[in-house]
Amino acid sequence: MLVSDPCGAPVTAPSDPESLDALRQRLAAVASLELAALDAEEIAVLGRKQGELTHLLKAMATLPLDEKKQRGAALNALKLEFDAAVAARRTELKHGAEARDAREVDLTMPGRATWTGTRHPVTVVMDEIVDIFRELGFVVALGPDIENEERNFGALNFPPDHPALDMHDTLYVDTAGADLPAGERLLLRTHTSPVQVRVMRAGPPPYRVVIPGLAYRNDPFDASHAPAFTQMEGLAVDEGISFVDLKATLSHFARRFFQSDAQVRFRPSYFPFTEPSAEMDVSCALCGGSGCAACKGSGWMEILGCGMVHENVLSNCGVDPERYTGFAFGMGPHRIAMLRYGLADIRLLYGGDMRFLAQFGALGQ
Amino acid sequence: MNASRQWLEAFLRRRLDSRDLAARLAMLGAPVDAIEPVGADLRTFVVGLVTAVRQHPDADKLRLTTVDDGSGTLFSVVCGAANVTAGRKYPFARLGTVMPDGMTIEKRKLRGEPSEGMLCSARELGLGEDHDGLLTLDTDAAPGTPLIDVLDVGDERLVIDVTPNRADLLGHKGVARELAASFGVPFRLPEIPGEVALDLPTPTRFGDEAPVGGIRLAIDDRDGCGRFLAAVIRGVSVGASPEWLRRRLVSAGVRSINNVVDATNYIMLELNQPMHAYDAATLRGPSLIARSSRPGERLVTLDGVDRVVPDGTLVIADAERVIGIAGVMGGRDTEVTERTTDIMLECAWFSPVRVRRARRALDLATDAAQRFERGTDRWGAVDAFRRCLRLLVTVAGGALDGSSADCFPVPSHPPRIFLRPARVAQVLGIELAWQEIEKHLVAIGATVLSKPGDGRIAVDVPGWRPDLTAEIDLIEEVARVHGYDRFPTELRASRPGLRVDDAAWAAAGRLRLALAAHGLSEVITLPMVARAGSDAPRVLNPLSADHGLLRDTLLPSLVHEVEANWAMHTANIRLFEVGTGFAAGKHGALPTEALRVAFAVTGDRAPAHWTDGGKPAAWDRWDASGLFERLVDLAHPTAKVHVEGDRWIARLADGSVVGSCGACPADAPPWAAPLFGGEVTVGLDLRQRASFTPLPVFPSIARDLALLLDLSQASAGITGLLAERGRRHGLESVAVIDEYRGKGLPSGKRSITVRLVFRSADRTLTDSEVEQALGRLRTSLERELDVTVRST
Repeated sequence: MLVSDPCGAPVTAPSDPESLDALRQRLAAVASLELAALDAEEIAVLGRKQGELTHLLKAMATLPLDEKKQRGAALNALKLEFDAAVAARRTELKHGAEARDAREVDLTMPGRATWTGTRHPVTVVMDEIVDIFRELGFVVALGPDIENEERNFGALNFPPDHPALDMHDTLYVDTAGADLPAGERLLLRTHTSPVQVRVMRAGPPPYRVVIPGLAYRNDPFDASHAPAFTQMEGLAVDEGISFVDLKATLSHFARRFFQSDAQVRFRPSYFPFTEPSAEMDVSCALCGGSGCAACKGSGWMEILGCGMVHENVLSNCGVDPERYTGFAFGMGPHRIAMLRYGLADIRLLYGGDMRFLAQFGALGQ
Repeated sequence: MNASRQWLEAFLRRRLDSRDLAARLAMLGAPVDAIEPVGADLRTFVVGLVTAVRQHPDADKLRLTTVDDGSGTLFSVVCGAANVTAGRKYPFARLGTVMPDGMTIEKRKLRGEPSEGMLCSARELGLGEDHDGLLTLDTDAAPGTPLIDVLDVGDERLVIDVTPNRADLLGHKGVARELAASFGVPFRLPEIPGEVALDLPTPTRFGDEAPVGGIRLAIDDRDGCGRFLAAVIRGVSVGASPEWLRRRLVSAGVRSINNVVDATNYIMLELNQPMHAYDAATLRGPSLIARSSRPGERLVTLDGVDRVVPDGTLVIADAERVIGIAGVMGGRDTEVTERTTDIMLECAWFSPVRVRRARRALDLATDAAQRFERGTDRWGAVDAFRRCLRLLVTVAGGALDGSSADCFPVPSHPPRIFLRPARVAQVLGIELAWQEIEKHLVAIGATVLSKPGDGRIAVDVPGWRPDLTAEIDLIEEVARVHGYDRFPTELRASRPGLRVDDAAWAAAGRLRLALAAHGLSEVITLPMVARAGSDAPRVLNPLSADHGLLRDTLLPSLVHEVEANWAMHTANIRLFEVGTGFAAGKHGALPTEALRVAFAVTGDRAPAHWTDGGKPAAWDRWDASGLFERLVDLAHPTAKVHVEGDRWIARLADGSVVGSCGACPADAPPWAAPLFGGEVTVGLDLRQRASFTPLPVFPSIARDLALLLDLSQASAGITGLLAERGRRHGLESVAVIDEYRGKGLPSGKRSITVRLVFRSADRTLTDSEVEQALGRLRTSLERELDVTVRST
């Protein structure tokens, strides 16, 4: 049966099973067509004007209703399959082209980098120390670098004319014009301990603070001295805090900061502002305690000074020493950074040499 | 403190191992800084056997010897000593040996005869003052044996780091006491070899004044001199000390001088009681007075220096003049010499504060001053004095002239302290039986007087521990002797404090992370600088003028570091610092401090990459101003950035400046890229919590406008106007996205392109709404700023 086409071309009736079979064969062949042939085949079969399948679908309009239903379903299914096969083949060909392009690009060429910023090694050390004490309930307190004699010495139980003052070569600040009474002379704090005084005078216990900051001494600027260096103090005062808490807290710190299996020892020492006083040593990380150049053969490295806050200091700060007890400690992040990174000259830590700073990475591990 | 191991062995009557001692002392609070073999400088000397001796042909006093040093070669050595004998052994310095005085032994000719080494006397080896002849070695050791193995100088010197509170550890007895407690053994004073039996009554007690051997002894300054003991010994013969005494001193690092001085030094090193011997014949009056100095007094001290004695210094004087700085150094005029036959021995307790002041005023650190400053044992002084007299008579002869005197104007006893065992437990955190507390206190020499029936123990502290004045001092001693290592280390519950982190710490941390994330490296420079603004406070006593001022700003320090990098041929430099800026107080007010943050950048904006031909763009002013604005946002969010001249300035609403940024003048090499820097004062407590705005539901519409404006016209004025006028039309943002200058534009004009983004919160805007808004904005620009739109 022939039907007329609007374009005048004679077409095979849609009921022609031969044309459907031929189209099914061509559908099977789509998966192996190259791009140009695929484009041609898509036009030849699905094209709006010339497409064979399009023709068959258009020709259905002339069929009786029941036949239209039957043939229409088959033709539409075939059209969908054809669409899908062409799209799938097109994607396949595209990926193949990309893969080919990729083979031509040298992906081993360097990527585009950005500068890596760095925190100072001393900052890294300080932040690590603070983080560990934070876990133990401490918070950070700060105070000014310029202090008066009373808070730097007097309140901290330094007797006037005492040999202990020899440990602190003090830098004084010119206050020409200011009329200062005794004890109010201004100095660059020789330790961060005046902040303890400020904390205690600001309100009642409990206190649990760490105090990072700079301390100043009238020292020459050479390989092992600097006139200003960082200190990290700590203060814990409450009812019932004892020497056992001091040992436990600082031992825990040492094992967290150094190695979990580090040996820790406490030796008696002397500071005017603590009693009993101690030095804490940690087994040398380099030699493991057998003695090496880094630990001067002792197997131990001095890490911090500590002790129970002297009862005179508590009294001087308005805290009742019969009711409250506590401990304090202090260490030197500059010195710890030198130990950790094996620096022989402290002046590197005060300079801005990019070749030095760049070694400490973005997070400065 | 230098302690001799053998001296300690003499106290403890047992052999000791120096490393073990060091470990014990460290745990008792007296770490040993070094263990030095005594006589280590003698290591290069060997035993030499003299096989033949004959007279030098051209010199009466010289002999030609043949020395066997065990090497197989025999050496010809010219020797000047009378006692050189064939067949005997002497210390031999081979060619190349460096003598203790620094001279190197070389091959040379003496009166025509070759000499290939040197046979040595005790003095040449630094082993004493004996220069009478060669040191004869009574040994079976073969020639060539190291001398140190033969001499039995096998002592070791423990260099003990004594804390300022411990006076007693500056004497061997004090160290021995600690070790005895550690070993759990008794200790007693070593015997004095060859001690002369001496009838030595207890010195007679007096008040401020006493006669002794015909000399007037007096205290004229009770504050400075609490006890003054003296005796006169007549008929001494001053000369070399016996070998054992010299060795003790050398082991403790003290030079042997003569038997009298050595005896006083020996007692100082043993009992921590400095003494002084005067040539009694030189005392005018004759008298010996402890008093304050008067204006203008002078003294030539033992070191030969003529000193002006500061007014009010505690001195020792005779009837006419100052003869010593009490507790610090004696005078040359009254010094014991080889001609001295009568000596006056002084033993005193001087005020630590007065001795310290004198020592500091005269800048004269001595072994005696160090000991008096820490406090000597005023009650133990009598025993030390008597021991010194015995030793003196034993080593220098002579006899006591009458009895010795003891001026002790205000007699006293060592303090008594009450100790509560409950307080021990409160501070130390462990319960100790009172018997254990008592045992620890007895070990340090204290006397425990009562049982704790009323909750406390009475303790008489020993006189040699002036540091023990309160209950807490005894608690520390209990903990120390108990052993710090015996306390448990388990963490116990604790109450957290109620404070929050200091705002400056939190701010500094945020700034550091932000700038490091931006590719900059943190520095921590010294806050003391050589040059700074007129506001910078001055350091009164800097060691160096380079550190004479406290900096007011950080940026100059960063520029200095940039220059140092340039000097190392580093071109790509990105530095920042978070630190304190200081300002002197005005009109008598105190200095102030503020947290500041600064940065300095120069060189490549990013690491070189092959896509840009290895020539990446350098940091430019727009990088700098962008970084600066970011920093102002972080550090001082309430400030606004304005352009002023060729710089960006951050100001608060009240007009005060909190930051600035721009190109930095610097001492730059010709190849350096431009340097930019900025600095901001950190405003604390200004940080606001981020607030959430619901996400937009309707789409935005963007339009670009190319505007024609005067070359000098500020774009900020235009974008500001657009932002303000556009708000009611749904203008969400406005940004400059391009600038054009040059061909095609009227002269004196430039063009910028701005991107306007419109959005409504409640509907989708239509094109016509946006066109209408653009028309209004265009009119505003033309009327208010004389800016025309070139195209849309």
